[in-house]
Amino acid sequence: MAKMRWFWVWVLASLFFRLVLIYFPKNLNLGSRPEVATPLTSLRRLAEGYWLKQSSISPYSGSMYHGSPLLLSVLGPLTVTRFEGQPNHVACSLLFVIADFITAILIRATGEKLQLAYSQSLRSLNLAKLLETSETLSAGDIAGLIYLWNPLTIVTCVGFSTSPIENLMVVLSLYGACSRLAPLAAFGWVIASHLSLYPAILIVPIILLLGYGPDTPPRKLFQQRNSGSNEKDPVLPVNLFSWRPVVHFILWASFWSAYVLVLCSIYLKQYGGLSEMFKRTHGFILTVEDLSPNIGVLWYFFAEVFDFFRDFFLIVFHVNILFMLFPLAIRLNHRPCFLAFVYIALSSMLKSYPSVGDSALYLALLGWFVYELADMQFSFFLFCGYVGVILLSPVMHNLWIWRGTGNANFYYATAMAYACLQIILVVESVSAMLHHDRMLRKQSTT
Amino acid sequence: MAFLRSFLFFVLISNCYFGGSIGDEEFSEELLLKPLPDRKLLAHFHFDSRTPSTKLHGHHHILVPKAIYQLVRKFRIREMELSFTQGRWNYERWGGFDPTSSSNAKPPGVELWAVFDVPPDQVDANWKNLTHTLSGLFCASINFLESSTAYSAPAWGFRPFSGSLRYGALPREAVCTENLTPWLKLLPCRDKAGLASILDRPSIYKGFYHSQRLRLLSNEFGLEEGVEPGILLEQTLTVVLQPRGQKTSTYSDGRLLQPSWSISSIFGRKVSGRCVLAKSSTVFLELESGLVSELSKLSVENGSFGIGDVAFEGSWSSPGFELSVIPDRVIKEVNGSHSESSSVMYEYSVDKLGDNGPFDVGFVWKLPVVWSCLHSPFHASRFLIGSGNQRGSIAISLISTGSDEGFMGGDLVGDGCKVRVDIFQVVPWYVKVYFHTLQVFVDGQPEVLKNIIEKMHVSPSEDRVSPGVMEMVLRFPCSMKSATIIIDFDKGFLHIDEYPPDANQGFDIPSAVISFPDFEPRMYFLEENSSSKSPMLLKLQEKNPVISYTEVLLVPLATPDFSMPYNVITITCTVFALYFGSLLNALRRRVGEEERFLKSEDQQGKLRSGWIENLHCPSSKATMVTGLHKAPCR
Repeated sequence: MAKMRWFWVWVLASLFFRLVLIYFPKNLNLGSRPEVATPLTSLRRLAEGYWLKQSSISPYSGSMYHGSPLLLSVLGPLTVTRFEGQPNHVACSLLFVIADFITAILIRATGEKLQLAYSQSLRSLNLAKLLETSETLSAGDIAGLIYLWNPLTIVTCVGFSTSPIENLMVVLSLYGACSRLAPLAAFGWVIASHLSLYPAILIVPIILLLGYGPDTPPRKLFQQRNSGSNEKDPVLPVNLFSWRPVVHFILWASFWSAYVLVLCSIYLKQYGGLSEMFKRTHGFILTVEDLSPNIGVLWYFFAEVFDFFRDFFLIVFHVNILFMLFPLAIRLNHRPCFLAFVYIALSSMLKSYPSVGDSALYLALLGWFVYELADMQFSFFLFCGYVGVILLSPVMHNLWIWRGTGNANFYYATAMAYACLQIILVVESVSAMLHHDRMLRKQSTT
Repeated sequence: MAFLRSFLFFVLISNCYFGGSIGDEEFSEELLLKPLPDRKLLAHFHFDSRTPSTKLHGHHHILVPKAIYQLVRKFRIREMELSFTQGRWNYERWGGFDPTSSSNAKPPGVELWAVFDVPPDQVDANWKNLTHTLSGLFCASINFLESSTAYSAPAWGFRPFSGSLRYGALPREAVCTENLTPWLKLLPCRDKAGLASILDRPSIYKGFYHSQRLRLLSNEFGLEEGVEPGILLEQTLTVVLQPRGQKTSTYSDGRLLQPSWSISSIFGRKVSGRCVLAKSSTVFLELESGLVSELSKLSVENGSFGIGDVAFEGSWSSPGFELSVIPDRVIKEVNGSHSESSSVMYEYSVDKLGDNGPFDVGFVWKLPVVWSCLHSPFHASRFLIGSGNQRGSIAISLISTGSDEGFMGGDLVGDGCKVRVDIFQVVPWYVKVYFHTLQVFVDGQPEVLKNIIEKMHVSPSEDRVSPGVMEMVLRFPCSMKSATIIIDFDKGFLHIDEYPPDANQGFDIPSAVISFPDFEPRMYFLEENSSSKSPMLLKLQEKNPVISYTEVLLVPLATPDFSMPYNVITITCTVFALYFGSLLNALRRRVGEEERFLKSEDQQGKLRSGWIENLHCPSSKATMVTGLHKAPCR
């Protein structure tokens, strides 16, 4: 009980901290930081799109707005509501705080579900002795608090970017899949992929989650246990793939996507319609038209690469994400939530307009596996690297853009370092998880 | 041979004769000289050629150049204006209200606009071809206006009721004699005879402002009713020069005497005679109203002409100045209701002077005179706010010149008085304007947009496709002292190939056009004899709104490192390879098998060593086979 209270105190403290920061938006000026607001998520661009819509011009005319029409209809009116004596966009920021709060709660709930399922399966494998250590703090609490107190999340939340909404949708779909609520999972997945395209690859972990249930030790262990056990021992339930929720999910997903498309087409009826929307949102993501600097690796590459190679490299880079989907899904199919974490980390590293909001999400999801990944290598190095990059990147940007004393290579170097850190994080966490599985196998066989 | 020569001569003569007998094709050349308040001199050449409709008179032209005729015919141009300008018109000192300045002050660089007589879907294609043709014709890089990022289609902001109009400007185009020569070639006498012969290149390009303009008006296709069909080609050259004062004598009150000048002293040449093909060849000398009123004050003070203004009228010499040649005619502007005095024009016909040797007119100042020119109601300027290469704001400031009260006419009454200001601004796509951030400050106080903006039309810029266009109609209260319009923008980042060779110099944003449609200054002249209508005087009498162009803005953009595309490509690809390779390696690694393999290696090694050991202590055989622990040899 004391633990519960302790959790809520920290949650409230983080929310209060955000509210305090919201009152100094002018001083912080985070909305113009390239690390926080990308061309896709910038609230300033959304306000421009809403203004264009209000002056009966298509919100996608011009190259300002690249987000979803639904976001425009929800957040657009909030960008122009002004409270007396309050800074601009305070309504939007409050909405983002609420979104962050819900995300944290959902992360916690999902984490608890994961832990419950995991401890059950460990007990059934007679490996309960491994659980002893993990009773002190629930992984869900840790993940939720990481999300709320991560400086990257806070910066994103008060930095006039729509990433909190995107993160909420991703977490919502994972939560729905974990609790086998096919409509919720489908809703989250459809909206998330509608907003930023990359969460579409989460369909693999979601289907695995719905089919097999939450993360377990490798299924081979159960089979070995069953085959090797005496007559006396009860036969362990081997999780078979259940098609029912998956079919539900697919039906619901097609329903939600039809619904979203209808809503969008109604909203854009007088203008270009859906074809323009796809061209300006998903097309904009895929063709990397905006070369303004961000923390990703693609902007400088496409600013420098020769024009006749552009298409080739666009294909190569996008296929790089898709290429890894199936190897990962095959190797980690018994751990769909971890698979989802790896996918999110990969896409936030390789996406065309990454922001720190994406990192905030996968760093929080890392908290779910805090016990499984306890013996991960290089964790201290990674931590220091993240801190270093986060501190250096604004400095380099300032030197290049504002002072004119540095040059583009300085900033690009931090982006490279950031990409390398993310690669190390993904690779190390995957190998740590595989190592953990091996350890489980060893423990269960001996 | 002699026969052939005389035959050719006969053919030529007859041609001229018949050409003349058509009578409708006309060419006239005029030069307007005007002293400016800041000791400079404005020289404005106006060449006007017109031809009647080809339907009635055939395709053969004598005076209108074939190139122009083909241009009009091929691209179906209804109206076109091309200007090459070097230097900036100083609205504060040289005036912005009189018709001469408001129609001849042009933005620096090249400005081109054209109205086409074709269906809307063909306008862009015609524009592109036109830019290429003009670029060949004038040896200029007008072809850069071909790209859709460089030109725009203003709806009503640039000119009212512009249907198929296209507008483009190249602020950085350098204008030089290579552009002037083809322009002169369009004149029937080139610069061999007539007024154009005094265009001495060094003295023109030495000036403070230089603007050569070509304006084409065609009604070839007979669309407009009531207008005489035909082509009108108007070529003007406006230069602001500094006359070389022989001696600057300072008077007791500290005022400087204006430098005296003559045509030969400013251009270094005299007018040798008229161009024989010209219908009229005239030199005008204009004294603007501010100067005239100062001069009449002077004459009253000196008392040499008893009744002041009346005596000054029609004279070519006064206590203030003296003309070296007696004018043929003095044209006085019929006074508008607004000011106490009106401008005076002295007319010299060059054709009459042909026999008396080369024509030269000199203007000698006798007393220092200080006057001010007519200002436009607001002085418009534009500047950038903010530092750094990420974002900034464009501000257009309008400062009341205080001279507008006189021109307001009837609607000065009460608070209802409003001044209309039209703003037309084109920004290139890499200046990404946030239209929702538009703010208007009137006298330093933020104003609700609805109260000020009457009409607004924007077309937002699209990356690498089209520039952003902003057209606004604003209404300000007459009592306003200053207004500022601020709009924020983000700076775009370009591909390495899109930067010009000197990328760190920055990028130019073309001038904004600010017009005041409430004010349509025109000069009224008494029509003494309508037979000698001068095209330039007619032009001055046309009603045109006051237009001023703002400054060109220079926007520095962040540049990538131009020297290392290969490094970037290789480093990025290395990172991707690192990601792909290491992740795939982590996934396909079978540590169990590796362990087993290592174990068997170990075992084999042990076996070998164990065999050696076994020679010494055969009792440890059993442990050796399992190979797990090093067998202790007892």
